[in-house]
Amino acid sequence: MKKEGKEQIWKDYQKEIPDNDFFYVRSCIRQNLFPASEVIFLKILREELGRNVFETPHHTTCGGIGYHSDIVPMETMMTIIARQFSLMTEAGFENYACSCITSFGLYSEVLETWHHFPKVLEKVRKDLKEATGREFKLPKTLSHASDVIYKVRHEIAEKAKYKLINKHTGKPLKVVEHIGCHYSKMFPNKGVGGAEYPYVLTGMVEAWGGEIIDYPERRHCCGFGFRQYLVQANRGYSLANTHKKFESMEPFEPDMIITNCPGCPFFLDRWQYVIAETEGKTYGGKNQGIPVFTYEEVAGMVLGYDPWDLGLQVHQIAVEPLLDKVGIPYNSETKYLGLDGKNLGKPELPKNICSC
Amino acid sequence: MINFGYQRNESATLDLDTTHSELYKKLLDKEPSAATCISCGTCAATCSAGQFTDFNLRKIMLLCKRGDMQSFKPIINRCMVCGKCQLACPKGVNTRNIVLILNKYLHAGKISK
Repeated sequence: MKKEGKEQIWKDYQKEIPDNDFFYVRSCIRQNLFPASEVIFLKILREELGRNVFETPHHTTCGGIGYHSDIVPMETMMTIIARQFSLMTEAGFENYACSCITSFGLYSEVLETWHHFPKVLEKVRKDLKEATGREFKLPKTLSHASDVIYKVRHEIAEKAKYKLINKHTGKPLKVVEHIGCHYSKMFPNKGVGGAEYPYVLTGMVEAWGGEIIDYPERRHCCGFGFRQYLVQANRGYSLANTHKKFESMEPFEPDMIITNCPGCPFFLDRWQYVIAETEGKTYGGKNQGIPVFTYEEVAGMVLGYDPWDLGLQVHQIAVEPLLDKVGIPYNSETKYLGLDGKNLGKPELPKNICSC
Repeated sequence: MINFGYQRNESATLDLDTTHSELYKKLLDKEPSAATCISCGTCAATCSAGQFTDFNLRKIMLLCKRGDMQSFKPIINRCMVCGKCQLACPKGVNTRNIVLILNKYLHAGKISK
């Protein structure tokens, strides 16, 4: 294909990402699973890059997990989201940025619904006004936090202390990127690169020195799937999804995995432990897993932040082998110390996979 | 090895061109509420028969959608039709009628119109 033609097609897969003044909302579960990711996002944007990011403690859940579990009705969920937009309106912002992929999918779904069914929007405005006295404007732009990091990826690269390069071989790290399904599979024009060629994480990895692996099950679900995981009897399906991906990526010998969703890093990380403890199989060499990171954690790593300030000690799969490859220093003695310096206690070690 | 209470399902592929979906279509025709089942498993969790046998309505519904009648034919008549599953179902599915319809079809070979 001619380069001009390729560029023309690629334009269809782009989205508008603002450069500054974000109304940022956190995820319900990421703060528990990957406790430092959102703090690092704010630190990078505010302190490293001087951007204006506003967040409010009045923000609540978007209702996404309840909605996708068929517990929260759509009307309720839309009113919850309308209230979030009212918080943005009151704060005087127009650029909505959310940390969670589930929320991002929900916001996209709601905005699309209101676009096609204005009467539904009017009903939600009326319901919110009657219930809370609040009013709201629709956001001018909707970004996922990974869109924002993608936008500033070259600025981060300029300030980076480390690159995603194996210091022993001098070659780029082989990275598996995994996009959360709700980022662009539902509404392809809402994500960078659409559903077919999502580029949001690939762009970051390439800017920071790594090399992306294109393996057969690259676009397969991580295995979260809400109902598959929430009901214990269905968890075998969730595990089967993750297993399928790992079997597919194993021959390419990836050094690490980068993700942009709350569920994906959790399942790609923890299911490696479950597979190792139930089947004795590991994917990162003998008794070793493949370390899994959020994009904020990877950004923090290349910027030279202390790995334990990034919350990497709460990962199931040991991150130390990857830190050693890049040459990022860490202190094993302080791994399990809390922010107040007190010892958090060491976790029980698994038998079949290294976690320290 | 640790027992987590579940095991990885083997990878399976469904060929929609050869899937026998006529039973599920007939079931929907006779009992439309079957379409609202979300496979939550509440029916199976509350099932008295399931405590003592391998009867599992959630699994039967899944196999029915896949057209795999032979897999649930041996267990469908283990239901006592007590209706506890129907009381517990969050979507109001008429589960008793589903069992009766499937049972009738698998024994009589057809569903009466």
